[in-house]
Amino acid sequence: MAVALVLVLVVVGSVLFHLLSPWWWTPIASNWDYIDHTIIITFWITGVVFAAVVLFMAYCVFRFRHREGNRAAYEPENKRLESWLTIVTAVGVTALLVPGLFVWSRFVNVPSDATEVEVVGQQWQWSFRLPGKDGKLGTSDTSNVSAENPLGVIAADPNGQDDVVVEAADLHLPVGKPVKMLLRSIDVLHDFYVPEFRAKMDMIPGSVTYFWFTPTRTGTFQVLCAELCGQGHPLMNGVVMVDTQEDYVAWLGEQQTFAQLSAPQQTGSADPAAAGTLAPGSKISAKLETVEAR
Amino acid sequence: MVDITPADAVPPAEVGEMELYHPHSWWTKYVFSQDAKVIAIQYSATATAIGMVALVLSWLMRLQLGFPGTFDFITPEAYYQFITMHGMIMVIYLLTALFLGGFGNYLIPLMVGARDMVFPYVNMLSYWIYLLAVLVLVSSFFAPGGPTGAGWTLYPPQAIMTGTPGGQDWGIILMLVSLILFIIGFTMGGLNYVVTVLQARTRGMTLMRLPLTVWGIFTATVMALLAFPALFVACVMMLFDRALGTSFFMPAIVEMGEQLQHSGGSPILFQHLFWFFGHPEVYIVALPAFGIVSDLISTHARKNIFGYRMMVWAIVGIGALSFVVWAHHMYVSGMHPYFGFFFATTTLIIAVPTAIKVYNWVLTLWRGDIHLTIPMLFALAFIVTFVNGGLTGLFLGNVVVDVPLSDTMFVVAHFHMVMGVAPILVIFGAIYHWYPKVTGRMLNEALGQFHFWVTFLGAYLIFFPMHYLGLVGLPRRYAELTDMTIMTESAHHLNSFISIMAFIVGFAQLVFLFNLIWSIRHGREAGGNPWRATTLEWQTSETPPVHGNFGKELPIVYRWAYDYSVPGAKEDFIPQNVPGSFGTSKEPA
Repeated sequence: MAVALVLVLVVVGSVLFHLLSPWWWTPIASNWDYIDHTIIITFWITGVVFAAVVLFMAYCVFRFRHREGNRAAYEPENKRLESWLTIVTAVGVTALLVPGLFVWSRFVNVPSDATEVEVVGQQWQWSFRLPGKDGKLGTSDTSNVSAENPLGVIAADPNGQDDVVVEAADLHLPVGKPVKMLLRSIDVLHDFYVPEFRAKMDMIPGSVTYFWFTPTRTGTFQVLCAELCGQGHPLMNGVVMVDTQEDYVAWLGEQQTFAQLSAPQQTGSADPAAAGTLAPGSKISAKLETVEAR
Repeated sequence: MVDITPADAVPPAEVGEMELYHPHSWWTKYVFSQDAKVIAIQYSATATAIGMVALVLSWLMRLQLGFPGTFDFITPEAYYQFITMHGMIMVIYLLTALFLGGFGNYLIPLMVGARDMVFPYVNMLSYWIYLLAVLVLVSSFFAPGGPTGAGWTLYPPQAIMTGTPGGQDWGIILMLVSLILFIIGFTMGGLNYVVTVLQARTRGMTLMRLPLTVWGIFTATVMALLAFPALFVACVMMLFDRALGTSFFMPAIVEMGEQLQHSGGSPILFQHLFWFFGHPEVYIVALPAFGIVSDLISTHARKNIFGYRMMVWAIVGIGALSFVVWAHHMYVSGMHPYFGFFFATTTLIIAVPTAIKVYNWVLTLWRGDIHLTIPMLFALAFIVTFVNGGLTGLFLGNVVVDVPLSDTMFVVAHFHMVMGVAPILVIFGAIYHWYPKVTGRMLNEALGQFHFWVTFLGAYLIFFPMHYLGLVGLPRRYAELTDMTIMTESAHHLNSFISIMAFIVGFAQLVFLFNLIWSIRHGREAGGNPWRATTLEWQTSETPPVHGNFGKELPIVYRWAYDYSVPGAKEDFIPQNVPGSFGTSKEPA
């Protein structure tokens, strides 16, 4: 009796928690509301199944609990019931999978008008590179990385000279324009994740990964690292500001190109070891020094 | 399948019995024992001991998450060491070792009607190598730099770099060596379990008469023998990368402004190898639990397991399918995105046989005679938590839904519910169920009730709300959750609540341990078959069973394992070794 009641309470409690919980996703800021819709469908289907199974169990525990003189039924198999349940399950699973794969094909096929933006992760900060006037990003290689060339841009590639380099600072994006985020890392795995955009993808040293999205509202959004990258992982924050077109153009005008940064008089300030640039992970780098000293 | 075989249809013994190795001293009887039952207890005790370490580690990490900034000694470095060791211990050194080394060793020979495992000496070695693996693991807590903090997935490059605790110290090396030892030890035991099930079954014990416990452990062992080699090579290669400077998994890297001497390696190759092991590993833990819980439900509901043949094929089917779903752990790893279509499809297909198992468990309850014993309570709680955790798997398996949720607390909640809480509830149920056979005495009922309710409801209250933190977007593996705009005041409160529940649930496990020890002497006498069960381990002439398990003659099996409440039979159970036809039972159409 008590057991059946608790099982019912587990279902009722879980449903109420779901409905009343203040913990829900952040207001979306990208085109991936498809993903949110798919999650809602999944919540409905799985919620119904969970409630049905546990309530059925509660009923059985109540109705067929042991009492003196009771004897269980003897029914080893029931082919019809078993096939029927299998078919219903297969239908339910298909109802989840089909919309999921449909949205996934949108997620992995980048629209041709998407602007490329490069994100470079390193312990424990974010840098960015945008194509210059030619609209193309120059090639890069981790083995080229140095204090003067923190992203490893290949100087010999003319496409790279006018690339805009944003080192350890905020990224700005224009609202309503699709962007393809090209993701690189120069040390360990990282993952570029903005909860409001719903999208994320790991960055792997030695490879370029990607995802795309269209920012749908202006605002300031926090970038989190979503792949364990060492002690500084939780402090690897960044900022993406989604601007109106005018604000974006104004911001872009203030940025420096690779060519400007490579000019001799600039090298000092581009040194990644300079105090200011490592601010997000400074607490961690202090700890690391003690590790090395030991 | 209720085939009532006349006694003369039992095949004659094919080979004579071999004499067992008989121990001559206390040492060879209780320490360097070749008796599978003693080895089982050694495995279980060691796994429980190291499991207590994992429990304490979980408390420490919950202290940090629930009350950030309060405990200065939990540095980010320490936090990552705690989560890594907690995960690794729970998955490998506790769950795998306890289900296969513990329950497998104790139950397989008894349930199939064998005198012992077929290779007792190798079986003994298996345990001692496992113990060595555990000691190497523990030693990393005392090594310079402490244990590795790379996360239990040990992803390179960070696992072997300076920015990760233990990465350039001893931690990662000891971890990899320990895993390699574990796999060697497991392989010795695993071969034993497989050959024993296939070769040493007593007369009349056909494969389709095996209790589902044996089917679960057997299939899981076959899977483990196929999956662990992938982890083995991954560990060896990473050890080479770390110790010899090779570049299997290491591309060109700039670490803190300095170029490392690596190039050309593939970090993602490690992930494929790891999850080729890692996903089957989930089922290596789950399948024994599926099998055991089927027997618990059937015995304590006094009713045959519903759809036995379907249950067997579901176990085998899940085992096979689990080898083609591994990359669903890697949807956002940067692998080729078209893999997503394939792995999402296979992953959701596996939901079908899994769902069938759930239906058959609850249909076994239907029209049963349900005794709400402690093992039954744990079995019911298993169904609740397993259904819950299985259903959230449909979120994460469905590739695009995984994108916002992966690497968040939703994942942590999901896998704890489905492969932490659910199988551990089965372990508890199984201990309450078989403890009388192992010791001859029952565990204390009142302590058992307390343990059950606190553990079940407490664990549910820990992990059910945690999903919603993931829905908010809170990432997992954050030593500090403070610098985030999405981290609201109420989310902090929820985290504190979860931590408090974790301390309470942990405390209940100490009560359980006390019960285990106290009842050895003070428990109620159990007799040979306290649950009135049908399977062979309850039919031994002595309780606890002696070396050799059965008396002079091995039992002969005349029926399947689930002849409960056969219409017309006097008792509501007919043991497998009882000959003759009873009542109106007949093989179903």
